Amino acid sequence: MATFRTEVFQNEFLPDGGTDVHAIVRVTCEGAGQAGADAGTEAAEIVIVDTSGSMGPTGIAQGRYAASVALQEITDGTWFAVIAGNHVGTLVYPPGRSTQQMVRMDGRTRAEAIAAVQRFQADGGTAMGTWLTKAKEVFLSVPQVTQRHAILLTDGANEHETPEQLTWAIQSATGFFQCDCRGLGDRWQVDEVRRIASALLGTVDLIPSPDRMAQEFAALVRASMARGVAAVDLRVWAPQGAQVLFVKQVAPDLEDITAKRSLVNALTASFPTGAWADESRDYHVAVRLPAKSVGQEQLASRVQVVVRDAVQAQALVKATWSGDESLTTRIDDQVARYTGQAELAAAIQDGLAAKAAGDEEGATRKLGRAVQIATQTGDEEMTSRLKKVVEIDNAETGTVRLKKAVERLDEMALDTASTKTRRVKK
Amino acid sequence: MDDVVSAPAARLLCPACGAERVEDAAFCEACGLDFATAGALPGMPGSSPVVAAPPGPGSAATASSAAGAPVAGGPDAPPVALGETQSRHAPVRLETAAAGEESPLDVGWTGPVAGGAVAVSVAAPEGVRCAQCGEGSYLDGYCDQCGGKEPNPRDHFSETPAAWVAGVCDIGKRHTRNEDGMALLAQEPTLSHAVIVVCDGVSNTTDSHIASLAAARAAREVLAAPIPHAMGLREALLAAVSRRFGDAVTAARRAVVETTPATGPGATETPPSCTFVAALIHDGLAVVGNVGDSRAYWLPDAPGSEPRQLSTDDSFAAEQIREGIPRKQAETGPQAHAITRWLGVDSPADLTPHTDQVQLAEPGWLLVCSDGLWNYCSDAHDLRDLVGRTVAALSPVGSPSQASPAAVAQALVDFANGCGGMDNITAALARVPGPDGIPTAVVPAPAPAPAPAPAPEEDGADGNLPH
Repeated sequence: MATFRTEVFQNEFLPDGGTDVHAIVRVTCEGAGQAGADAGTEAAEIVIVDTSGSMGPTGIAQGRYAASVALQEITDGTWFAVIAGNHVGTLVYPPGRSTQQMVRMDGRTRAEAIAAVQRFQADGGTAMGTWLTKAKEVFLSVPQVTQRHAILLTDGANEHETPEQLTWAIQSATGFFQCDCRGLGDRWQVDEVRRIASALLGTVDLIPSPDRMAQEFAALVRASMARGVAAVDLRVWAPQGAQVLFVKQVAPDLEDITAKRSLVNALTASFPTGAWADESRDYHVAVRLPAKSVGQEQLASRVQVVVRDAVQAQALVKATWSGDESLTTRIDDQVARYTGQAELAAAIQDGLAAKAAGDEEGATRKLGRAVQIATQTGDEEMTSRLKKVVEIDNAETGTVRLKKAVERLDEMALDTASTKTRRVKK
Repeated sequence: MDDVVSAPAARLLCPACGAERVEDAAFCEACGLDFATAGALPGMPGSSPVVAAPPGPGSAATASSAAGAPVAGGPDAPPVALGETQSRHAPVRLETAAAGEESPLDVGWTGPVAGGAVAVSVAAPEGVRCAQCGEGSYLDGYCDQCGGKEPNPRDHFSETPAAWVAGVCDIGKRHTRNEDGMALLAQEPTLSHAVIVVCDGVSNTTDSHIASLAAARAAREVLAAPIPHAMGLREALLAAVSRRFGDAVTAARRAVVETTPATGPGATETPPSCTFVAALIHDGLAVVGNVGDSRAYWLPDAPGSEPRQLSTDDSFAAEQIREGIPRKQAETGPQAHAITRWLGVDSPADLTPHTDQVQLAEPGWLLVCSDGLWNYCSDAHDLRDLVGRTVAALSPVGSPSQASPAAVAQALVDFANGCGGMDNITAALARVPGPDGIPTAVVPAPAPAPAPAPAPEEDGADGNLPH
């Protein structure tokens, strides 16, 4: 049985008239077990591989291999299917027209599936919305499944359906299954695939060359199989008259989940966080309170970890108004570092978007700010990634020039890396 | 404790506030203590129930307090008057933890923020409405509607052991916990017998809020024991009382030492420590003893009579005053609150209390207080004026100027809070009445069901029990 615990990092002291409380809530899960292992739970996994013409002979060969490796990692007993994606999503395994479009993994079905993916052919266009829609249909055919996860590989931009069609497909899948997405090479759009991953509580990353695919796929499926807790919700209570400014996951990946809120009651909002393995995630919760007089203390938020409507753990975020400046001017280390990392990520993404839109001045300013933050926070990895995109004249002031010739892969790597946060050491 | 455990009528009591609790309850309905996180406390499942009903003579439940003060409240520690939310769950007792443990009073209130998460498994205790919004209930030390903090009974409490003696101990406005401790005891008739102890926990030490209350109670126990009458010889009486004050300081220090953690910074760098001031009133004679900078004053009503500070500060400021620096300047200087003697594992070798006495022969007030009060009114004349104004303000228009000690003590605390409440505030008073006696209308009702007074008390009242 999985157990959860929480820790709170915050400076609870507010100055006279202060209203905004920031806290990092660390949630740790232990004893999660394997996906679908608990009585009454069944897990399902779908492997979605881009088989559009752009994959080419090398790409498709690696795609076959990567899918085979992924299938090896799916544990016996798990429901599974394989979808090939181009301008349509096609179920390539299990075959035939049975009402159940998934089968349980065992020695025979694994061998059949691996044989089936060897028949992948590079052909046609790219319409990822149709892949998602097909995946939902396949999942729906086995209604007893309680935990649904997909891995999606693409190598190109979504050119064969409208953005609205993709949006509709994403919305339709949201809350129904989780999806980790990977982009191969430099012809796919990071923001497009990020939209899918964000909505479907998954991650997005870059696979620079086809020979890295198998390793990445295996890791994704292994991680999925280790998520023994199917669905965890974060509930955030704030007092009457207060406002939850935002709720962000800040580690291991940066993800603003504020918009995913649904109301439990007038004072409590629920945020889905998907399936959990034995892991630890950090959330930045910001609450605005009506100011109270100096000396008063109150609860700013109760943050609860909820599984199937049962509270597993709770963290208390507090506020105490004080006239002591040595208390109120301090910013908690964790809050400060994650706030900096969030600002850094935003500066990078906005800067790259401005550059793509031809706004050189805006791009220079934003990426300069990113260089400045990365330098101030000692983020050497991000600084070296930024150096591949800009010439740094003065890191302290954030004075940079856009490089004339930039490898597109370097830009994409910078973009996808921007949301990976580094945990602050205590 | 076997006989207690096996008693069929054994009751489970909350280890923090003493209220009765339902066997499977997860929270105390009175004080909100989370029993799940308080598993190591006495009275929790896994240890033994503390009290059986009714407590038999010599039962283990009363053993810890059997040597306790002979007070009207019976064998247990005297009930402490609490805020409105707690008062109906009487008898409520404040208890400190054993050495090295966190006080049960702290559970759910002042735990560290990091790691302060609790497992939640139950709904709110029923019935206790939030004092701030009046709508919500306390869930986990905080209101489930407005987030208001559940009052900690340690933050503000008052005692009124007799109509002529009362005190209020309050957190003030700026501190996050109340490190003042207070313990009172008094009997009727007026001026026959009373003990007033105030200990101020040193604020930069570990858990001094636990130490100060433990010290005050330990000293009260010692000072409450009967004084040999010494055949009416005033000198012999004073000598006996003086020795008794030495014993009280020793007991108070021992209580502080017992709260000192075995390891960590609280053991060596910042061990708990506190001041000590006490007044013992015996047949109209008041004797005062102190260590540190908590004070006692005699404030006679008559303008022609001289008010005076009975205690002698062990403080850097006092040393400066003795060297001729003006009182106001010394008491507001940067080192004003540095004390030169205190009770604790690291206290100075000589803890002989300063003593003084006054015959309570005319109407007036004996005031025992912490620096949270006298910081705002230090001079004895100024304090007499303040008390005089306070009494006048509390008296009905057109009637003689008089007020109960309980009301005056609260008013003095309000005064200090009105001045900023920079420190914890304790004000305890004994009234030497004039011809009008002592008003009782505003004295809080005594706690319900006091047990019959034990025999030693009656002897003590006579003052002739052999020591």
